[in-house]
Amino acid sequence: MESSPSAAAIVSTNANINMDRTRRKKKKKSQSQQQQSKQNKNSQSHAKWKTDAQQQIYSSKLIQALSQVNINPSSSSAPRQGRAVREVADRALAFAAKGKTRWSRAILTSRIKLKFRKQQHRRQRFASSSFSSSSGSTAVTTGSSSRPSRKHKVSILRLKGKGLPAVQRKVRVLGRLVPGCRKQPLPVILEEATDYIAALEMQVKAMSAIAELLSRSNSGAGSTSEPMSS
Amino acid sequence: MSSRRSRSRQSGSSRISDDQILDLVTKLQQLLPEIRNRRSDKVSAAKVLQETCNYIKSLHREVDDLSERLSELLETTDTAQAAIIRNLLMQ
Repeated sequence: MESSPSAAAIVSTNANINMDRTRRKKKKKSQSQQQQSKQNKNSQSHAKWKTDAQQQIYSSKLIQALSQVNINPSSSSAPRQGRAVREVADRALAFAAKGKTRWSRAILTSRIKLKFRKQQHRRQRFASSSFSSSSGSTAVTTGSSSRPSRKHKVSILRLKGKGLPAVQRKVRVLGRLVPGCRKQPLPVILEEATDYIAALEMQVKAMSAIAELLSRSNSGAGSTSEPMSS
Repeated sequence: MSSRRSRSRQSGSSRISDDQILDLVTKLQQLLPEIRNRRSDKVSAAKVLQETCNYIKSLHREVDDLSERLSELLETTDTAQAAIIRNLLMQ
């Protein structure tokens, strides 16, 4: 009835968005292939977030979950519903990760706890300071390794020894930003952060594509009919 | 090689090597859009950390904005259209 012209519009916009996505994907994929050809083991975790299939899996899961969320136009305010959508999106993202990474498991196992964990971040300072004292002594013994770039070595030593409180602070902030990585040592945080950033980028792409589809279908169809289910 | 042995003795189960950390930092560096465009190899690890924090924060902000927009759109959209979109995306 009225849905067929809007369906046609949705098909064309979907094709356009897919073309944009594949163009962007080709550029990004060639770049990532050049730079990550050495580390085959880890490149898989990044490349998997950039594939179209992964984005489609995530998008369909997200829409499925969103249709189950009760969005009442009359009751709650916009920020609270936005927060609910964000949590649904994060959970769908963690689900798409298939539980191989720490941050995805942390998201899936703690729905409400995540809000309360923000108040407990002071306890983590004890854990990070104990780790830095053990690694600070070992940083001195690595002077014999032959490395061409001295600047890298110095910065890595500083990072490892965590002599600077600024670096220590940044590592802690980063650990707080990535879910489930507060008490983790530095290499774990770095690894989780790389996967988390790739996943977030995919999430942004998928959600903006869905938002585009919805807004175009809304404006195209000009839906003035009231929702039947209140 | 001997330094690695002493390190493993001291830090127990966590065997962290310089190479490993350097690898991770460079990998992280490739993902960050700002540092990738600058074409310079000598970026300090602290800078990489800072850029990572900023980038994750900006990504979070984007996701928040998008979810707000999605929530507003979902209020006004028809449920039949949502089903159509779902079918299209699963193809």
